[in-house]
Amino acid sequence: MPLISSLQSSAKIAQALVAAAVLTACSTYQDPATRTAGINDPYEAENRQVHAFNKGLDRNLVRPVSKGYAAVVPPEIRDTVNNFSTNLSMPGVALNSLLQGDLRGAGLASTRFVMNTTIGLAGFVDAATELNIPQHDTDFGETLAVWGVGEGAYVELPVIGPSTQRDAVGFVTDVLTNPLTVVTLNTSPEQYIPPTAMAGAVLNDRDRLSGTIDSILYESADSYALSRSIYLQNRRFELEGGDASDEVDPFLDPYDN
Amino acid sequence: MPFKLTRRAFGIGSAASAALLASPAVALTESAARALVDQVVDEIQVVINSGKSESAILGDLENLFVRYADVNIMAQYALGNDGRSASAAEKRAFSEAFKGYIARKYGKQFRDFIGGRVEVNSARAIRSGYEISTTAYLRGQSPYEVNFHVSDRSGTNKFFNIYIEGVNLLLTERTEIGSMLDRRGGDINAVVADLKSAG
Repeated sequence: MPLISSLQSSAKIAQALVAAAVLTACSTYQDPATRTAGINDPYEAENRQVHAFNKGLDRNLVRPVSKGYAAVVPPEIRDTVNNFSTNLSMPGVALNSLLQGDLRGAGLASTRFVMNTTIGLAGFVDAATELNIPQHDTDFGETLAVWGVGEGAYVELPVIGPSTQRDAVGFVTDVLTNPLTVVTLNTSPEQYIPPTAMAGAVLNDRDRLSGTIDSILYESADSYALSRSIYLQNRRFELEGGDASDEVDPFLDPYDN
Repeated sequence: MPFKLTRRAFGIGSAASAALLASPAVALTESAARALVDQVVDEIQVVINSGKSESAILGDLENLFVRYADVNIMAQYALGNDGRSASAAEKRAFSEAFKGYIARKYGKQFRDFIGGRVEVNSARAIRSGYEISTTAYLRGQSPYEVNFHVSDRSGTNKFFNIYIEGVNLLLTERTEIGSMLDRRGGDINAVVADLKSAG
């Protein structure tokens, strides 16, 4: 029973990672000096090296391929691939919602998965949105945040991009515990379906957000510092449920300086 | 590099919670702040649906930005602590260059609004005025939240910050201007020259 055993081993890895995350969060409590700008980046030198690698990867591979993908594949088909890939992530979203005690989110993700997999033709059509079922997205990084694990240091991951220690652990856990990723550990031709769909979705998003991403990576004075700032602002906003503009940071009232 | 920009619409503080906050010590009213954002949104729609050439549209959007935003305070904030050692003339030159830069850069972003619409939802009091929450419905994208911060501290009602899915213009531009200063060894005049061709 390879599926069961791989599930068990994934669960073990997940446990180890959670333990690691809790420890990391405790050990990397940052001193006030580095917190003043709201950014904790003790690994900046290493992160900058990874950033240079990621930028090269984008410039030489991801960006040109995304342009080719968008030029060759019509937008309707590309959106279909995005729908399919999003649908594959729904079991994981439902699981994380449960872990967060978010029953509504778990219900939404489960309903969307069932509907889109059936009347949405295996997930190629987003039937749930047509029927006004709200979208829901979450991940294990958010689950850790709900459980009280600290954000940890900022890290830029190879290929994946900007992250934090907490989100990096969350990402790895999501990949290893996703039921559909576990299935891919078997050697069947289907194993290539989820990663291929995900690659298609990533290329489509890279092309759709091309103006914004190009301006961050290639038109800024320091693309590392800018992507770090934007990532942290956006991620904190997601995790705080949309209250990032709650003026906790006194600097953000420019009239009171 | 797959950049994760998840766009989710969130419910924002209700009118009830806004009412509970101490009202700011300014004369700006909630309805005036809301009216300003309504007007900005309407004018943006008129410009982007005008059928003009792209460069004409960009020019119009720049003008809108300068008319409705308190560009001086934005420039001052973006310059950060380095601004304290700058002379008055240097600050003026920076502010002027920043105006063109920011208008070009964010005017371009408004181009995405073509064929879309923006709905003004709710308002709540913040320290220097009001936060007006809107939802942008753009073609082929999930709706996302855009918040305008409006104040009358400049003497007229203007917006001084925009939050798009939690990412705010002031903090982002302070980061960018800080990097530009670092690159020029803190030489504000060199940064002013760079700004004229940036954005």
